[in-house]
Amino acid sequence: MSERETMEYDVVVVGAGPAGLAFAIRLKQLKPDTSVCVIEKSSTIGAQILSGAVIEPQPLDALLPGWRDNPPPICVPAGKDEFWLLSKTGGTRLPVPPGMRNHGNFIVSLGALCAWLAPQAEALGVDVFPGFAAADNIYNEDGSVAGVRIGDMGVAKDGTHKPGYTEGIDIKAKLTVLAEGARGSLTKQLVKRFGLDAGSDPQGYSIGIKELWQLPAGRVTPGKIAHSIGWPADTHTYGGSFLYHLDKDRIALGYISGLDYSDPKYQPWEAFQQWKNHPSVKSLLEGGTILSAGARAIVTGGWQSLPKCEMPGAILIGDTAGLLNVPKIKGTHQALKSGMLAAEHLAASGLDATGFDAKLRGSEVMAELKKVRNVKPGFKKGLWFGLLNAAWETVTAGLSPWTLKNKADWSTLHKLGECEEPKRDYVQRTLPPRDRLAGVYFAATEHDEDQPVHLHVADTDICATRCVEEYDNPCTRFCPAQVYEMVADESQPHGKRLQINSANCVHCKTCDIKDPYEIITWVTPEGGSGPNYQNL
Amino acid sequence: MKILVGYKRVVDYNVRIQVKPDGSGVITDGVKLSANPFDDIALEEALRLREKGVAEEVIVVGIGPADLTAHLRNGLAMGANRAIHVTTADAVQPLTAARIFLKLIEKEQPDLVILGKQAIDDDANQTGQMLAAIWDRPQATFASKVEIADGKATVTREVDAGLEVIEAELPAVITTDLRLNEPRFIKLPDIMKAKSKPIDVIEFGSLGVEANDHLKTTHYAAPAKRSKGVMVKDAAELVAALKQKGLL
Repeated sequence: MSERETMEYDVVVVGAGPAGLAFAIRLKQLKPDTSVCVIEKSSTIGAQILSGAVIEPQPLDALLPGWRDNPPPICVPAGKDEFWLLSKTGGTRLPVPPGMRNHGNFIVSLGALCAWLAPQAEALGVDVFPGFAAADNIYNEDGSVAGVRIGDMGVAKDGTHKPGYTEGIDIKAKLTVLAEGARGSLTKQLVKRFGLDAGSDPQGYSIGIKELWQLPAGRVTPGKIAHSIGWPADTHTYGGSFLYHLDKDRIALGYISGLDYSDPKYQPWEAFQQWKNHPSVKSLLEGGTILSAGARAIVTGGWQSLPKCEMPGAILIGDTAGLLNVPKIKGTHQALKSGMLAAEHLAASGLDATGFDAKLRGSEVMAELKKVRNVKPGFKKGLWFGLLNAAWETVTAGLSPWTLKNKADWSTLHKLGECEEPKRDYVQRTLPPRDRLAGVYFAATEHDEDQPVHLHVADTDICATRCVEEYDNPCTRFCPAQVYEMVADESQPHGKRLQINSANCVHCKTCDIKDPYEIITWVTPEGGSGPNYQNL
Repeated sequence: MKILVGYKRVVDYNVRIQVKPDGSGVITDGVKLSANPFDDIALEEALRLREKGVAEEVIVVGIGPADLTAHLRNGLAMGANRAIHVTTADAVQPLTAARIFLKLIEKEQPDLVILGKQAIDDDANQTGQMLAAIWDRPQATFASKVEIADGKATVTREVDAGLEVIEAELPAVITTDLRLNEPRFIKLPDIMKAKSKPIDVIEFGSLGVEANDHLKTTHYAAPAKRSKGVMVKDAAELVAALKQKGLL
C-alpha cells in the first residue's frame, strides 16, 4: 500500500463555524505569513450549522471593523423582546430577563453568516475546504496532536472500495484547532485521550430543532423577538421556544429541549411541533410554507463543565469547548471571542498551545459564563425552582458562594416504571410537517446510501434486549430525524432489532449524547454528506 | 487533441427549489450551487481521454457572473488544464450559449466539444444540438460510451429502444448521459494545484455574439399541492370509493 498523501500547514482548523473562521481571520490579521487551512464536512460553508440566532455584534466589530457597511445577507436589527409563560391555550407575559434583552443585537442566519465570513478569511489567504470531513486525529511520536486525517471517499457500505475510491490525505500542522461545534467527534476522542475533563463536571447539552417559514405578506414584524417557557413542557422537563421575525416575510422558530430530561418516552421533535400548534403560534404560521428545517445539539454545561482547552499540539474553541451562555441563549459571540483569543495567544506564543487554557479562563468569555453558572442546573429541580434560582443568580450576578453540579445527560433517564410518566397535555396537530420523515425532507439531507454507516452502535444486542426492557429504546424517540427504528425480527428475544437509517441523519449528535448505555458513537460520514440547510 | 468542456453552475440537485413569492424566478440566495451533474460527467470523460493519451488538453468553459471563478476552480481541481470564463450578469439561453461556444471554437480549434445533455436548471437539452448545427459538424448526443480512434468518435447513445452506436467524424459535439461514467472525487492537494492554473476571462460583450431573446419567461409557479389522501379500511371500501369517483 502506498504512503498516504500529506499536506502541511502551520495551523489546521476543524470546522468552518464562527469560532473557526474568526480564529483563522484573526491569526492572518496578526501573522499574515502563517499558513492556515479550515476544513469543513458540509459541502458548502454554512450548510450544516444551525442556530436561532440573535447575536451580540461586539466581537464582529472587533474582528471586522466596518462589517456593518457590508452585513451578512440576513441581518435584522433586534426590535421588541417578549418573554412568555405558556399554558395550553393561553399565556402570561413575563418581564424580560436581563440576559434576554436584545437591544443593539442582530437576528441573523448563522449559516448565512458563516458563508459570508468564509470568503473574508480566504481573502486574507486562508485555505477553506468545504466537503472534506476530518475523520481522525493523527499524533506525533511524542503523543502530541499532529493534525487530522481526512476521511476516505468512495468506500462501499461493506468497507470495500468503489471504483472512484479516493484515500483521504493527512493534514499535518504545528497546531490543530478544534472548532467542531457542540459534541465534536474529534474533540470527544481528544478529551478522552488527554483526560481533559478530569477537573470539570460532565458536559451538558440540549437539542434545538428549528424551522424557517415563509409567511403570507404582512404578518411578520421584522426584528421582533419572542421566547417562551411552559407548555408543552411539563415542569420537570427543560424546554423553551424562540420565534424571531426576519425580513421578507420570513420567520425563524425553534424549540429547545434539555437533554437532561428523565422521561424515556419524551420526544423533543414532538414537543417542538406541539408548541407550533399553540394558538398564538399557529395563527401566525397557518397558510405559510416551510423553507428549511433542521436540528443541532447545543452545549449547555457552562463554566463548571468546561474541559481543559489545551493539549500538546491542539486547542479547543467555541462550542466544542462548551462556551455557550444558556440564559442569553447565545453562543456565537462566545465562539467568535474564543477564536480571536486563541489566535492572539498563538500569534504571541509562536503557535504553542501552552497557556491558552489559563488565558481563556482569565478572559471575559469565562467571566460571563461564571456569572450564570448556576442558572441552568437550577432547572433540574423543576421549572418553578429554576425560575426563582435564575432570578436570585441574576440579581446577585452569580456571586453565590456555591456552584451547582452538572450530571451527564446519558445518565438521567428513568427506567420504565421507575417514575410516573408526566401527563403530556398534547393537542391534535394540524401544521406541517406531519412526521419526522416529512420534516427531514426540509433539511435536504443527503448521504450516499452505499457508504459505511456513520453511527456506530457498539453492541446492538443491548438494543434488542436490555434497552427494550429498561427504556423501550429511547433512540427511536430522541432522534429528530428518525434515524433509529426498531423493526420486526422474530429471531430476537423481544421480536425486534435495531435498524439505523443513517441516510436521514442531520448530524445533530443527540444520539451520541443521550443514549443511556453510551454505546452510540457518531463519526463523520463521507465528506459533503449530510444536511444542506438554507439560511438556518 | 484539445477538448472543450461546457461547465455550467446550477442550483444543487439536493436543494429544494422554491419559487419567489412574486413568481419572478426561483430563490437562489443562500442556496447551494454546484456543477451541473451532466457537465461533471462531460469533464470526467474528457479527463479520461487525456489520461488514455487520446487528448492533451482539457479546457472547461463557464458562462456567468464574476463569482463563477470558484466554480471553475472546482473544474480545474478535478483536472482540467485551464478554464475560460465568459462573463455576463444575464441568464443565457441555449442559442446564445451555442453561439458563444462557436466563437470559442474558432479561437481554440478543439477536436472535440463535450457538453452535458442538459442542465438540471432549465432542462432545455438544446445547446449541444444547436452548436453542432451552427458549427456544421456531427453531433452524438446522450452518450453512454465514447471511443476515439483514427479521427473518429464511436459513441454509444442511449435511445428509447435501447442502445445505438454511431460514428462521428471529428471535430464533433458529444453530449453526455448519466451512465457514461462516474465523476471522480476532488482531492485536497488538487484544489491547491488548481489555484495556479490559468482562467481566461472574456467579457461577453467583446465576443460579438448576439444575445438571443426569442424566449421570454413570464411566470414561475410551484406544482399544485397534492390534495389530502383518505385512509380506507379494506378493499371493499377502496372499491366503493373508486366507484364513487367514477374511476371503476
